[in-house]
Amino acid sequence: MGLGALLVAVLLAADLRYSGLETARSVIDTLLTPVYLIADIPTMISNWQDDNIRSRSRLLDDNDRLRRENLVLQGRTQQLASLQADNTRLRALLNSTALLRDDVLVGEIIGVSPDPVRHQLVLDKGAEVDVYLGQALIDADGLMGQVVEVSSTTSRVLLVTDPTHSVPVQVNRNGVRAVAEGVGSLDELAIHHVAATTDIQQGDLLVTSGLGGRFPFGYPVAVVSEVQRNPGEAFARISARPTAALDRARHVLLVFGGPAAKSPVLERPVEVASE
Amino acid sequence: MNEGTHGTWVILLTLLVAAVLAVLPLAHSLAWWRPEWMLLTLVYWAIALPHRVGLLSALAVGLIVDVLEGAPIGQNMLALGLVVSLAGLMYQRVRVFTMVQQAGVIFVLAGIHQLVVQWLQGLQGLSPSGFLFLLPALTSALLWPLVMPLLRGLRRNFRVI
Repeated sequence: MGLGALLVAVLLAADLRYSGLETARSVIDTLLTPVYLIADIPTMISNWQDDNIRSRSRLLDDNDRLRRENLVLQGRTQQLASLQADNTRLRALLNSTALLRDDVLVGEIIGVSPDPVRHQLVLDKGAEVDVYLGQALIDADGLMGQVVEVSSTTSRVLLVTDPTHSVPVQVNRNGVRAVAEGVGSLDELAIHHVAATTDIQQGDLLVTSGLGGRFPFGYPVAVVSEVQRNPGEAFARISARPTAALDRARHVLLVFGGPAAKSPVLERPVEVASE
Repeated sequence: MNEGTHGTWVILLTLLVAAVLAVLPLAHSLAWWRPEWMLLTLVYWAIALPHRVGLLSALAVGLIVDVLEGAPIGQNMLALGLVVSLAGLMYQRVRVFTMVQQAGVIFVLAGIHQLVVQWLQGLQGLSPSGFLFLLPALTSALLWPLVMPLLRGLRRNFRVI
C-alpha cells in the first residue's frame, strides 16, 4: 500500500513537472483508441441517419441553399486572388513576411474528455498523418484549440476555453494586443491585464496575433461580449465569447504551418544566471 | 481451469464496457451527472473477489482512466487505489449490507475518489467547481442498485471465482 502510494506520487510528479511520460501515454492512448471508437458509434449512427435518411423536399431545399451560398462565395473569391497579390506586394514593400495560405487537414472529433473541468477533444488523426504537438485546430468559425498529445492514430486537443489555456490575440479593428485566457466555461474567455484606457469595445473581434509562435496569424478567436471599466481598478474586466462552435462541431481543420514554420522564430533571450 | 483464474475475461469485458460508458460523449450540461462507471465496476469486483481485484488492478485501471481523461498520470491511480484499498478492508461487512446501505457506502467511496481528484486538480491549477464535484458520487450511488445485480448476475452466470 505504501509502495503503491510512493509509485503514484513519483508518477504524478514526473508527469506534472517534467512531462517525462509522453511516450508511455501516447502508446497507451493508441492502445485505447478502440474505446473511443466504440463510444463514438451512437454519434456515427445519428450522423449516418442525418446523411442518408432525409426527405426529398429537405434535400431540394438544401441543394438550393448550397447553390446560392456557393454563388456568393465564388463571387467573393474572384477578388481574393487579386487581393492576395496586392497583400503580398504591399507586404514586400513593408519588408515583412508574406501571408501564405495555410494547408489544412480535415479531422473528425471522436471523443470529448469525460472530465468536466478539462476541455479536451480527441480527434481521429494522429502521428500517421503528421499531426504535431502545438498544432492549431480551427472550425468554420474560428480557433478551437491546440494539439497537446499525439498518438499514432488519434490526437488530443486542448480547447481555448480550458482554464490552463491562453492564446495571444489582437483586436481586429485596431491591432491592440492582449491574451485571451480560458476560464473553464465553454462560452467565455477572459482577457486580463488590459489597461482601463485601452480602446477595446463590446463587439470587437479578437483574432490570433501570431505572437508566441504557436498559432498562425489572423484566425478569429472570440468576440468581446462585455467590458467593465471600474475607475478604482488599473485594468478593465473584459470577457469574450469564442466564435468557434466548441461544443457542436464535428468536423474540424488542423492547420499546418503556423508562424513558427514561416517566420524566423524569435530566440528566447538567454537567461542570465542570477544566483 | 485452475482455481482463481476462471472468467478473467468477464472482469475485463465489464471494465471495457465501463470505459466506453465513461467516455461516451455527453451534452456539456450533463457532464457533471456522469456516474463513475469505472469506479462502480472496480469496487464491485473488489468486494466480490477481493483475492483477485485489489490495489494492483486499481492502479492498472487508474492508469487507463488517466490516459482516457487526459489527466496527469497518477491522478486516478491514486484515487482508485485508495478507494479499492478501502473496499478491500470492509468487503465482509459490505456484502451483508442491504442495497440502500451499500449505495451509501458507494456514495462515500465515490465521494472520497472525487475529493482526491479535486484536490489533485487544484494542485494543477484547474478551477474548483464548488460542490458540483460530488454529483458523480450521488449518481454513482443511485446507479449501484442497478449495476450491482447486473454484475452479480454476470459473475454467477459465468462462474467467475
